Amino acid sequence: MSTLTPSPSAVDRRDFLKLTGLAGGGLALAFFFRSGGEARGADAATSGEFKPNAFVRIAPSGAVTIVSKQPEMGQGVKTSLPMIIAEQMEIPWQGITIEQGDFDEKLYGGQSAGGSRSTPNNYDTFHLLGATVRTMLVQAAAQTWGVPIAECRAENATVIHTSGKKLTYGQLTAKASTLPVPAKEQVTLKPAKDYKLLGKRIAQIDTPKIVTGQPLFGIDVKLPGMLHAVFEKCPAFGGKVVSANLDFVKTLPGVKDAFVLEGNGKVKELCPGVAIVADSTWAAFSARRQLKVTWDEGSVAAQSWDGYVAEARAKASQPGQRVLRKDGDVDAALAASAKTVSAEYLYPFISHANLEPQNTTAHWKDGVMEIWSPTQIPSIGTGMVNRVLGIAPEKIKLHLNRAGGGFGRRIGADYLIEAAAIAMKVPAPVKLTWSREDDLRHDQYRPGGLHFLKAGLDSAGRVTAWKNHFFTFGEGGSPGSGGSLSPDEFPGRWIPNYLAEQSMFDTGWPMGPWRAPGSCVFAWVFHSFIDELAHAAGRDPLEMRLELLGTRDEMPAGSGGGGKGKQNAGYNVARMRNILKFTAEKSGWGKKKFPKGSGAGIAFHFSHSGYFAQVAEVTVSKDGQLRVDRFVTGGDIGEQIVNLSGAENQVEGSVIDGLGVLMTQELNVERGRVVQSNFHDYPLIRITDAPLKIETHFLSTKYPTTGLGEPALPPVAPAICNAIFAATGKRVRQMPLSRVDLRWS
Amino acid sequence: MKYTLNVNGQSRMVDVAPDTPLLWVLRDTLELTGTKYGCGVGQCGACTIHLNGVPARACMTPVSTVGRVKVTTIEGLAENGKLHPLQQAWTELDVAQCGYCQPGQLMTAAALLKDNPKPTDADIDGAMAGNICRCATYTRIRQGIKRAAAISAGVKEAAQ
Repeated sequence: MSTLTPSPSAVDRRDFLKLTGLAGGGLALAFFFRSGGEARGADAATSGEFKPNAFVRIAPSGAVTIVSKQPEMGQGVKTSLPMIIAEQMEIPWQGITIEQGDFDEKLYGGQSAGGSRSTPNNYDTFHLLGATVRTMLVQAAAQTWGVPIAECRAENATVIHTSGKKLTYGQLTAKASTLPVPAKEQVTLKPAKDYKLLGKRIAQIDTPKIVTGQPLFGIDVKLPGMLHAVFEKCPAFGGKVVSANLDFVKTLPGVKDAFVLEGNGKVKELCPGVAIVADSTWAAFSARRQLKVTWDEGSVAAQSWDGYVAEARAKASQPGQRVLRKDGDVDAALAASAKTVSAEYLYPFISHANLEPQNTTAHWKDGVMEIWSPTQIPSIGTGMVNRVLGIAPEKIKLHLNRAGGGFGRRIGADYLIEAAAIAMKVPAPVKLTWSREDDLRHDQYRPGGLHFLKAGLDSAGRVTAWKNHFFTFGEGGSPGSGGSLSPDEFPGRWIPNYLAEQSMFDTGWPMGPWRAPGSCVFAWVFHSFIDELAHAAGRDPLEMRLELLGTRDEMPAGSGGGGKGKQNAGYNVARMRNILKFTAEKSGWGKKKFPKGSGAGIAFHFSHSGYFAQVAEVTVSKDGQLRVDRFVTGGDIGEQIVNLSGAENQVEGSVIDGLGVLMTQELNVERGRVVQSNFHDYPLIRITDAPLKIETHFLSTKYPTTGLGEPALPPVAPAICNAIFAATGKRVRQMPLSRVDLRWS
Repeated sequence: MKYTLNVNGQSRMVDVAPDTPLLWVLRDTLELTGTKYGCGVGQCGACTIHLNGVPARACMTPVSTVGRVKVTTIEGLAENGKLHPLQQAWTELDVAQCGYCQPGQLMTAAALLKDNPKPTDADIDGAMAGNICRCATYTRIRQGIKRAAAISAGVKEAAQ
């Protein structure tokens, strides 16, 4: 097939930059479209690969490689996003090679994986990208045959002429490499009715490696001559090193070096600490047990969770530090109401607890910092390396490794900067491995909070007034991630007399985004309290919620007085009503009779562009043991489910994660440090508590396709707690359940 | 200290400190990184291996105690190039999310199926309670074990 080998001279340097501005996604992504030849692989030109852009390569053999640019942490994007390209390219899934792209946003566009944005940010672009490649291959075939393009179609990696003539994509690589990239107006997207891949259940592309234990994760990185490091930080957040027995530690077996890093004064960047570098992980771990450090713990050591809780309770009835939202006259409406209900809700700080402890491998050589890291937002890590260590961006190379769980934790890049800072002092590649204890005690936590709520009902059982004094936790003068209550947070905007006030404890504790930040706790508080109101009014919890949502189809952002921010976009009330009714119907809401000790609860939430409603059916034994018998989710994330298996997996995981957090998870902070240390005192949910039955239903709607990493989680805890109330008459107002007495008789 | 270990049917010589957990010998010395570090205190099960066919925590097993016991890791679960029924079932049902805990899950499940070829949900929960999945793929793990049991039963029937 030598005729298919393109002449390098004919195609060399015909690169051109193409900008595709897409409506819908709202993003413009620069593609480095290439017409063959000039390639990343030195032998690509001679191998005759067709490389129409940075994401796709087709070899003359027909072998297709797709580059996945997004960080993969179990959310499934390394499979689902290439599925979109493959769908539009019209190639079979079997046999495709998917490569993890390095961090290179000039080449690939944005590579951030957070906020359930990987799908919506790339969905339209990847459709166009795949369709563009298909169009070029069809053009190549038409030119080869000298026939009109309209007489050719693509199917199963082959272009077919109306006469029956066929050429495979592999046979077309040389010709296609000579063609200019067509403008998007010349590209026709394959319509949804012709999809062969999208919406199907496809196993994750890395499954063969996962089930056979092949190296895949950041912690599995192995480089020639690599050393192993641990990094001891002050147990109290941000404390500084006064002295350490470094000379002794350096004498311990396997230890190559031990040194102090001063840090840059920021608890979520490079903390002060002691690095031990050794020839094996165990040598480093062992030496650490003999490390003795004197710390200057600083003022954070005066801060404790219990102290803040007591202070919040003492100040609950006072005005808050800030008014978040004020509509109508809440005090007058409360005074005029037929019935009022008051409650305190409390949830603790929790950890992400990725099962793969934080780690990063770094190699500082010849002025270049090369890094291998499981990270969610790589630009944060490289930006920190640039800023804190003074290394120019073009001298930082970052390889993305599969992450053993993300949940928002790996948006932080503290572990990455630590590894890079250590590597600058080590004449070899070095892998930093955090212990589980490091991970729990130096997380960037989901902040805890307290809500002091009071609401009024009129004689018809309608909610007329809602007042909330919210106590949150901040760092550096602002609430931690997920600790900001938006003035638009439901039911703000829906209740005529509404007052949300905030008081904040400013701490030195590191906080960060935890799966559905804010939503993951606010949905629990507000949907539990709404349930209290429904029962106080003697109304069905579903019917009450539907009435509360009202009859308008759109709730615009930011309407109403007093609020400063407009953090949420408009709320499509029609979508929420529909998914709520849909889910209630799927669950058989109101049709089942439950014996005492069993019951059903309902909740809904809108976050991350997804509309979700959930129904839990639970049984609580007389001695207070909870079992979730059945859990039904209805989700509207727009028009198209990309990978049905991955989508269901995200929802199932969210359900059990939400249940696990509710049941057992809490961190106590005393004297500026986390008390818990490992899974014996920070228990995660186990298979024994997983629901017996989880049902997931998606409702396709005519809206853009959005993401699934987060929006299924927020209504889980309130649905379960509302079911517990239906079963036992016990209202759960504190997380976790391990602190709540659920016994009944 | 020098030790000769029997790992996945091969004799492997290592020179490590006697208190080194088998986990780190496997990962750092023998470059078998399928066995995962999760907690280091036997709480999570990510490091589950088999010692003479019995599931054990590699993080809690000092290398000096291993002797001539047969060590099987996730890399040795497939025999003669053929995936274990559990590995087939995990692929069919797309069990994993991040996948980090799954080697440990598979090793524990393999020991369960050897003892109990047709486990119930309760049997599965009892056997698998020591393995944490942070992504919470537990419902699929239950399904995967049942599917593997069915695959094994099918294979046996075909062989008879």
